[in-house]
Amino acid sequence: MDNLIINEGFPLLSFLIFLPLAGALVMLVFHGESFARFWTLAVTTVVALCSLPLVSGFDPTTAKYQFAEFHQWIPRFHINYVLGMDGISVLLVMLTTLIMPFCVLASWKYIQKRVAAFMICLLIMETSMLGVFVALDFVLFYILWEFMLIPMYLLIAIWGGPRKVYASIKFFLYTLAGSILLLVAIIALYLKNGSFYIPDMMWQQYSTTFQILVFLAFFLAFAIKVPMFPFHTWLPAAHVEAPTAGSVILASILLKMGTYGFLRFCLPITPDATFALAPYILWLSIAGIIYGGFTALAQNDMKKLIAYSSVGHMGFVTLGIFVLNSQGLEGAIMQMINHGVTTGALFLCVGMIYERTHSRELDVAAGVGKYMPWYVTYLAFFSLSSFAFPGTNSFIGEFLVLAGTFKENVPLALAAIPGAVLAAAYMLRLLQRVVWGRATNPDQSHLKDLNLREIVTLAPFLLFVFWIGLGPQPFIDMMHTSVVSLLDQLHSWQQQGMALR
Amino acid sequence: MDPVTAATTISQEPNLLLAVIIPLFGSLVVMTLKNHPNLREFVSSAASILLFCIVLSFIPAIREGRTLVYQMFQLLPGLSITLRADGFSMIFAMVASSLWTIAVFYSMGYMRGLKEHAQTRFNACFALAIFGAIGVALSDNLFTMYLFYEIVSVCTYPLVAHHQDEEGYEGGKKYVVYLTTTAKLFLLPAMILIYVLAGTLDFPHNISTGIIPGDTRAWVVIMLYVFCIFGFAKNGVMPFHHWLPGAMVAPTPVSALLHAVAVVKVGVFCTTRTMLYVFGTDTMSTFNLGIPTAYFVGFTIIMASVIALTKDNLKARLAYSTVSQLSYIILGVALLTPHSIDGGIIHIVNHAFSKITLFFCAGAIYVAAHKKNISEMSGLGRTMPFTFGAFAVASLSMIGAPPVAGFVSKWYLLVGSMEAHQVGILLILIGSTVLNVGYFAPVTYKAFFGKKPEGAAVGIHEAPLSMLIPILIAVTISVIIGIYPNFMMQFVKAVTG
Repeated sequence: MDNLIINEGFPLLSFLIFLPLAGALVMLVFHGESFARFWTLAVTTVVALCSLPLVSGFDPTTAKYQFAEFHQWIPRFHINYVLGMDGISVLLVMLTTLIMPFCVLASWKYIQKRVAAFMICLLIMETSMLGVFVALDFVLFYILWEFMLIPMYLLIAIWGGPRKVYASIKFFLYTLAGSILLLVAIIALYLKNGSFYIPDMMWQQYSTTFQILVFLAFFLAFAIKVPMFPFHTWLPAAHVEAPTAGSVILASILLKMGTYGFLRFCLPITPDATFALAPYILWLSIAGIIYGGFTALAQNDMKKLIAYSSVGHMGFVTLGIFVLNSQGLEGAIMQMINHGVTTGALFLCVGMIYERTHSRELDVAAGVGKYMPWYVTYLAFFSLSSFAFPGTNSFIGEFLVLAGTFKENVPLALAAIPGAVLAAAYMLRLLQRVVWGRATNPDQSHLKDLNLREIVTLAPFLLFVFWIGLGPQPFIDMMHTSVVSLLDQLHSWQQQGMALR
Repeated sequence: MDPVTAATTISQEPNLLLAVIIPLFGSLVVMTLKNHPNLREFVSSAASILLFCIVLSFIPAIREGRTLVYQMFQLLPGLSITLRADGFSMIFAMVASSLWTIAVFYSMGYMRGLKEHAQTRFNACFALAIFGAIGVALSDNLFTMYLFYEIVSVCTYPLVAHHQDEEGYEGGKKYVVYLTTTAKLFLLPAMILIYVLAGTLDFPHNISTGIIPGDTRAWVVIMLYVFCIFGFAKNGVMPFHHWLPGAMVAPTPVSALLHAVAVVKVGVFCTTRTMLYVFGTDTMSTFNLGIPTAYFVGFTIIMASVIALTKDNLKARLAYSTVSQLSYIILGVALLTPHSIDGGIIHIVNHAFSKITLFFCAGAIYVAAHKKNISEMSGLGRTMPFTFGAFAVASLSMIGAPPVAGFVSKWYLLVGSMEAHQVGILLILIGSTVLNVGYFAPVTYKAFFGKKPEGAAVGIHEAPLSMLIPILIAVTISVIIGIYPNFMMQFVKAVTG
């Protein structure tokens, strides 16, 4: 337990995890529509505010798990209730808590049937997502990881679009298939170690074959979640059919769990397999970047366009992780946050158009610029951010990832560049169509510009676009020690291995 | 001095920030004044004059040999958004800001004369483009330059596609595809790789050292160099020049200020800034990058002139002339002799004033006579003597005849090519001069001495005063800087030492 900094005072992490769940239980009793809306907004806002001390109290000079809590749970099987947060997870936790109130706001008018049930799903999602990022016991992790699927499935299957059944089942089966192998790997690791405590499983002398098998099991589960090409086919379907809040949660937070899994589990638990398989994953990432870009360019459905752009953007994240140097890793984590902010905001933007035109087709939304100046101003900034315009958040992430890649492998980095070009192409195409359109635009004069609720919903996203874009250093400082410590251990492991051989 | 410590020891100069903020703020105010056209135009002109005054206020410090620096944001170690004013930035900043003041008045006359739509958007984007251009001029490092370069690309799209018809959209699409693709495909990897190699992107304070480490392998340096030349596609170097003729669908003030001055000069300014301050003359000569570049752009010079000969549309002819003339600047710097670098840099100024005059004239002819093609302009000079008179003088400058501005740059370039012992370059320069005569002289000749066509429309007058005055100011300055080149040359000398 020497890598835990036990939180002796108020159990803040547990409080944050279980507050949404408690809020959801209240709604079982009181389920008036407007009560549900205000109550959920209040609960998520309280969680967001209470998570702020995590940042102010976070010690960026140590790589240990902070705010940790350790309680025995099922001693017979060495299952414990362990929570903790290091530099890799702190920003993801913050992203989750801060984004949830805006998901509620985005659903204010959009969701009209079974409001209370919808809000319960959102709150349960929040509990399980926060838990996944801070769980340090594999059983706890796995329970929360699986638990998440149910509310997400319901969000798509009940409040989704016309093909919601197809999309939700595809989503469910895909992620479930991945998770089963994850469970197998977890049990295999338990049999080796006799404990489910995650830090104890790291940096152990497993045989190379064992490592490769465990790695592949992890990889499949996480690659589906990211999603990495060619495991991405569930994503466009799920995004297109999900309600706005579902798409935002899916894009901003759920996808990050795959890449978080790579960082938290694959690298320290199976280091030899990581070194052996990283080159393949790097080229798979490049394939995803290019494939996602080309496919996004061909879409006329705005949600599909952004969904495929996610495949490309997440390709940059996996690229950064598996070049295995500090710039790449820091860039990857930055890019996870940036993608959460920017793509979340873009899905909100598409949702706002959908509420007005009841269509996601580019041609139907063409030429709204003249009538919705506020809207297109927001959309312009988020599009610029999405294709990594310098001065916005994504630029820093992409810059660091590419700098890290250039250090390791110049041809690989050059191969990723067309992805950046494609990103500019599809985002500018989207922007051009929505703002200007063609000479034959539909009449958009009846459309109303954003109301105050919508302006307020998008404003914080814009703030973070420029905050991270122009002053990324504080964000990088928070993760730096953890990243460097992870890499140090990884590289000394590699040297030890060579010495042994 | 180490560039990093230099930036921290020199005190912050807030006026630099002001220079960038004024056009940005002006643009934001213009956007809110949709229903008050007079007030809107007043804001535009006030911002332009204010900006010009601020740029002028830097002159004393630059004359003392100081470099003004203002750091806005530190992103990563060695990666910041920082502004600087030195001799080189002043040349472009003065050109861009002074011509903005003139162009604002001209575009008022043009846009109102033609009753164009969406004038608010036009004015706002115009100011944003200047914001980008001034930012490029005042960049202290490659990243800041790249940032403002991209801002110019994005903000000028609405100006190119202004008419919102099929032709406008096509031109705009070509424009954006060429400029963003080259920037992302070439410039972005080059910039990141330079950062990885050098650990910084800050420009040094001389033109010889550059920031590329000396032990970099040759193929990497050459690759970076080629990426930088093609990445700044706004420089109009072939084969990535097609966007410029395509952008001529824009209203003429845009063609004049942006596609003769602000946008294209952003391209050559970035290219030459990179050649001199990222690679430096030492690296350039070590890896023998200069002479091949000179011959490469020499091809553009000749080829674009030949294409210009074939164009009957006046703006298209001017566009190809621009493509050709821009490469003079790069050619001069690439020869790497003191005189040739002087000649290249001073051509930024000389070409700007003369070419904006030519475009202003083309716009005036269109507003007054609704003529776009040269073949229809026979005898028009006798009806519009001032416009065509100015056109004649400015085309002399393009040809490089004394005493107009273009002569000065051509003189330096010729001397430079002899210093470099490059007969081939000398022949290119002479050949292009002949071609310049070939495509400019007939325009003036036909206008003054050609026969008016039968049944020519009556009632064509000289262009309105609001357009004529900017034309006359621009052409006068062209002559003045031809006769007294020393005012601008002092800044050039500050660059080359």
